[in-house]
Amino acid sequence: MEITGWGRFPIVTADVHEPVDFSSLQMLLTSNNPATKLVARGAGRSYGDSALAQRVISSRFMDNFSALDESNLTIRCGAGVTLDAILRVCVPRGWFLPVVPGTSHVSVGGAIAADVHGKNHHVDGTFCDHLTAITLLLANGDLLSCSPSKNQEIFHATCGGMGLTGIIIDATIQLRAVPGAFIQSHSLVANNLQECFELFENNQGKHYSVAWLDCLARGPALGRSILFLGDHIADRHKRPAAYQTRLGITVPFNTPGFLLNRQSMTLFNNTYFKLKRRASKPAAVKYNSFFFPLDNIANWNRLYGAKGFLQYQFLVPEDSAYEAIAAVLHKVAKSGKGSFLSVLKKMGPANKNYLSFPASGFTLALDFKFERSLFPLLEQLDEIVLAYSGRLYLAKDARMNEKVFKAGYPQWEKFAEIKRKVDPKGLFASLQSDRIGLTDALYQAGSPEQVKITR
Amino acid sequence: MNILIVGATSAIATATARLFAERRDHLFLIARNGERLSDLAADLKVRGAQSIGTLTLDLDDFSTHSSAVTEAANFLQQIDVALLCHGVLPDQAAGEGNFKLALNAINTNGISVISLLTAIAQRLRTQGTGTIAVITSVAGMRGRQPNFIYGAAKALVSTYLQGMRGRLYEHNVHVIDIRPGLVDSPMTARFEKGLLWTTPEVVAETIVSSIIKKKHTVYVPGYWRYIMLLVNAIPEFIFKRLKF
Repeated sequence: MEITGWGRFPIVTADVHEPVDFSSLQMLLTSNNPATKLVARGAGRSYGDSALAQRVISSRFMDNFSALDESNLTIRCGAGVTLDAILRVCVPRGWFLPVVPGTSHVSVGGAIAADVHGKNHHVDGTFCDHLTAITLLLANGDLLSCSPSKNQEIFHATCGGMGLTGIIIDATIQLRAVPGAFIQSHSLVANNLQECFELFENNQGKHYSVAWLDCLARGPALGRSILFLGDHIADRHKRPAAYQTRLGITVPFNTPGFLLNRQSMTLFNNTYFKLKRRASKPAAVKYNSFFFPLDNIANWNRLYGAKGFLQYQFLVPEDSAYEAIAAVLHKVAKSGKGSFLSVLKKMGPANKNYLSFPASGFTLALDFKFERSLFPLLEQLDEIVLAYSGRLYLAKDARMNEKVFKAGYPQWEKFAEIKRKVDPKGLFASLQSDRIGLTDALYQAGSPEQVKITR
Repeated sequence: MNILIVGATSAIATATARLFAERRDHLFLIARNGERLSDLAADLKVRGAQSIGTLTLDLDDFSTHSSAVTEAANFLQQIDVALLCHGVLPDQAAGEGNFKLALNAINTNGISVISLLTAIAQRLRTQGTGTIAVITSVAGMRGRQPNFIYGAAKALVSTYLQGMRGRLYEHNVHVIDIRPGLVDSPMTARFEKGLLWTTPEVVAETIVSSIIKKKHTVYVPGYWRYIMLLVNAIPEFIFKRLKF
């Protein structure tokens, strides 16, 4: 069947397996003869090709919780459980996930493989920093339990390892108690990039912070943005958690791509900026509207048209972050190709995981409607990012080349060494890992398999 | 509520059981695969179920049905809802050439449901309250070339439910016939999925709400009511030529 990542580029014809229990999963590995490269896939929320391969093993039905330890606040669940499902269990009990990304519709396996971060990275680190254990199915069919203190190297390679060390079966996550399901949120306006950096600096103490940035603004308004801040607060009305059906709207079909053009984007961004500039009073909002503003719109990726979109998320170290981001914004604003969702975030220090994205500095995520003429622009951005010793986020990427990857992730060799140990035949590989020289270059046995790429 | 779910490890049953668990209901689950059943029980416990009883059972053995329902009733004290979800999707072509295969499919999808309904109806009538919800299929509404063995078994159940609804009405027992359209689940893994397909989670939401609202015949998603109106309106001399 044809599958894609969230950005809907590229499109690949793959054998997709959805094992319903562990024995059928194990059977898939042992009966994989002749050996075909495969990769695990969770909720399909990575943007590019990190969960695309000729064979894909979906964790869709590996979605059981197995234990909830109410005294230590840990929860153990299958890799296919979504963060939304965890929050549905935790929030009524007054607990919360220590780290959530911008959507709750990611799987636990995907969150580990990409070592996702949230609006509190500067305080709490990444998703994987709160794991007490994971179980990994290795290429030889063995199960391996690993944690920060057991099989550490494999643990640190698997966290952020994009599914290349094995198939994540389950995880135990440390939860935290929160005062309620509400976030005290407020927003601050920055009229340019400099002001935005200062606002981040002055609000380091806030638990959650992220900025929406108008990447089409030019000249003195370059980098104008709105900083959203939040802290957990108690519910104003104590009432028992009621059963709720999931209300939401669906984007039923692709928006014609031509509707997204420079004029419509500029109009949207101007309006949004002006609206927000007026209303910035502190308010208590339910956690999902603060953390997951787009989750109520199913298939919002269709808004970018049938051809899909690319997200370009990079990170640059703090000392030169301003120059680097200004340089990127100049290029993007000049090209007129940017769009509405640009997100800027100040990050905390890196962790021990070899391929994790976050590190001290700033990260900016830009969405671009798919068009062939986009690629030369993104290559120019790559050069800026590399010149400032930055890196691109693997979970968002569909196109970076080997050079950009290896320069951005200096620990890739350590990762490759561990991968060679746990997966000597190179069973686990994705289109992405082949492209960035993480799998194909490692194993030069035979010719690379032909994966049918429709587009 | 106290809920009996038969065929609990099916994708639709699992998704529905999870919604009941969130409501902090009491559950008794019957399924064939003991390992998957105990995994599911642990899952539902975490999701909030107050209490969970399980029974591993091959439902093709009809002689066990009566004692299974008794066991469920003893565990739950009162069965407020009995939800029957078990079924298999047979290979139509193979079944047409091999009566044994066709019989197995009709036994599992049709006769075993009637057998269970007999025991459950008895119990609920004695209680003087309760709801019986059974998952049938839009496939039971007109025999189509690619799946009329499955369709015939489902039609058997739908017709039976219709009569039983009247019979149990005066005993304050409610009967719901749930007719999903195309559902993307392990049972349909071998099909290419298109626009008309829905997920077990969507079906589950509808099941819970139609139990609460005491609906009679429910199409999931609702537009299948109109699709089936159209399908049923096709004259037979045309329909017999259609391969879908």
